[in-house]
Amino acid sequence: MPEATAEETARTIAAEHGNRPDELIEILHDVQLALGYVPEAAVPALAHALNLSRAEVHGVVTFYHDFRAKPAGRHVLKLCRAEACQSMGGEALVERAESRLGVACGETSADGRVTLEPVYCLGLCATAPSAMIDGRIVGRMTADRLDALLKEAGA
Amino acid sequence: MTVRFFIPRDAAAIAVGADEVAAALAEAATAAGRTIEIVRTGSRGMMWLEPLLEVESHGVRHGFGPLDVGDIAGLVATGLLDGHSLAVAGHPKSVGPVEQIGFFARQTRLTFARCGVIDPLSLDDYRAHGGYVGLEQALGLGGAGIIDTIAKSGLRGRGGAGFPTGIKWKTVHDAEGARKYIVCNADEGDSATFADRMIMEGDPFLLIEGMTIAGIAVGATKGYIYVRSEYPHAIATLKTAIGIARKAGLLGTNVAASKQTFEIEVRTGAGAYVCGEETALLDSLEGKRGIVRAKPPLPAHKGLFGCPTVINNVLSLAAVPFILSEGAKVYADLGMGRSRGTMPIQLAGNIRHGGLFETAFGMTLGDLVDDVGGGTASGRPVKAVQVGGPLGAYFPRALFDTPFDYEAFTAKNGLIGHGGITVFDDTADMAKQARFAFEFCAIESCGKCTPCRIGSTRGVETIDKIIAGAQPESHLALVTDLCNTMKFGSLCALGGFTPYPVMSALTHFPDDFRRAKRLPQAAE
Repeated sequence: MPEATAEETARTIAAEHGNRPDELIEILHDVQLALGYVPEAAVPALAHALNLSRAEVHGVVTFYHDFRAKPAGRHVLKLCRAEACQSMGGEALVERAESRLGVACGETSADGRVTLEPVYCLGLCATAPSAMIDGRIVGRMTADRLDALLKEAGA
Repeated sequence: MTVRFFIPRDAAAIAVGADEVAAALAEAATAAGRTIEIVRTGSRGMMWLEPLLEVESHGVRHGFGPLDVGDIAGLVATGLLDGHSLAVAGHPKSVGPVEQIGFFARQTRLTFARCGVIDPLSLDDYRAHGGYVGLEQALGLGGAGIIDTIAKSGLRGRGGAGFPTGIKWKTVHDAEGARKYIVCNADEGDSATFADRMIMEGDPFLLIEGMTIAGIAVGATKGYIYVRSEYPHAIATLKTAIGIARKAGLLGTNVAASKQTFEIEVRTGAGAYVCGEETALLDSLEGKRGIVRAKPPLPAHKGLFGCPTVINNVLSLAAVPFILSEGAKVYADLGMGRSRGTMPIQLAGNIRHGGLFETAFGMTLGDLVDDVGGGTASGRPVKAVQVGGPLGAYFPRALFDTPFDYEAFTAKNGLIGHGGITVFDDTADMAKQARFAFEFCAIESCGKCTPCRIGSTRGVETIDKIIAGAQPESHLALVTDLCNTMKFGSLCALGGFTPYPVMSALTHFPDDFRRAKRLPQAAE
């Protein structure tokens, strides 16, 4: 993605939100939706559009877990690591996914196919353990279901 | 007559295949050349039965669950498309009349009265089930009258702190300010909690009505619902519902043909647990880092954009329409001590019958876990239950006689929080759970105060030493001291309450911290 495009996209999205600084988080969600991540180049563009300092925008981008500094893999698999999922063997699933993908949680597989991320609660705590793959939620996860999801993702 | 079927559109049901079951049923009907109606409802809250398909027959809804796509063909062959019959009732997945299932029948569903019953996006359904009666009453009462009713109901903040809602509203009502705001905290980040999500997905007009009443009560014309990004279904449903309400004249200028104005906007969080803390949430709503503010000033005096702000949890606001329509006394007559009304309790984790159970305050923890919940899903003995999310204490069986009540839990060094209960069986290692409590605090700390920012990381390191067997006694003393510092020195509940899970694990399960073979001191 050439840098100019990221800046341009950021400016367009900011304008759609009326260049309102209080909408920065919504704007960043939209930037990430459009570009897959929040590129460095978007930061000064947004700062200028919203009349904020670069430090303020950078601070917000880095504070929230949702925003990525670099593109994710083709598929994003989030495994819940909160207590309710722990009580149903969620951590064993994380270990299994890590070993299958050859990455630690939070990383992208070497072939760029799957990014494995932790999530702290999807609110599906009575059908634990839970996962989310590319925005689709899955409850009552088992080792078999995990393997099927990874296979689906081409890993 | 067209046979009516009901399948939840609740995220928990979708996560276990509700969409696929609904599609398979529709397909089977088309293949059979039959016209049926499939209503996508919220969830009844009996999560172990999801996906739960209901078929209406003579006004009674009969359930089948937990269903798998593969079950549909068999059910259809037995005559499901004709409605409920003796033959279908004999199906192995039949659970009988849904409202007669013990888990459901034992509840007092005031806030969740409609959830799982109606089409969440049908205003007609909402109205037919008592919706917007509360707002009508509120418009007649006016600000002071509404606040008086809420105060008399004894409603306390359902987000966890249990602060009296009436007092909060009165403070904002009396505060000077050109603009005032209603902020709904829907950043339901606690593990084991999903009641807010179920309301937003299953009965969104209830929350909209509750916020509108709050706006009229304190003189606010604008409301925000701050929903966590992990809840995409809730966000979509809320946005649609707000659009419908606006179109019907229930939001905007002249709300319900009155002189009141009220608007609601949905804002999405970005994966920061600390934004569930009210002042961090306000900063986040302003587009900033979710950093906790020092109090005072209280949000009621200087909240969103420096204006007087009511910030309430989803469940607090969702309790309001009932209180207005049925009267404060009906609500206040339920409960125990200073905990009045009902609490939607969420049974989660390793539990046989997990889900949402709304009941008057006062039921014991043991009754909830063993009797209502049926013990563990694994069939093994219950070792511990964590009540109140990641900042709540772990309770051993010995404390199962504790009644579900704000003060009773405080007296046992715990908290009820947002009403989530996570069950662990005897394979749980409480030293690991204590370590996780510190680790979670370290990941989610906003970084403003030192006890939380640094203490959490030092806590992880110290527990690691204990687990490794390095001078466990002196390190346990250090953890206890650290917890004391965090409890009294942190700015908000994240750092301040992390000691609850840690200390409760230490106090009630000391053996789990002394498993390792002691390392010689030189190995330090």
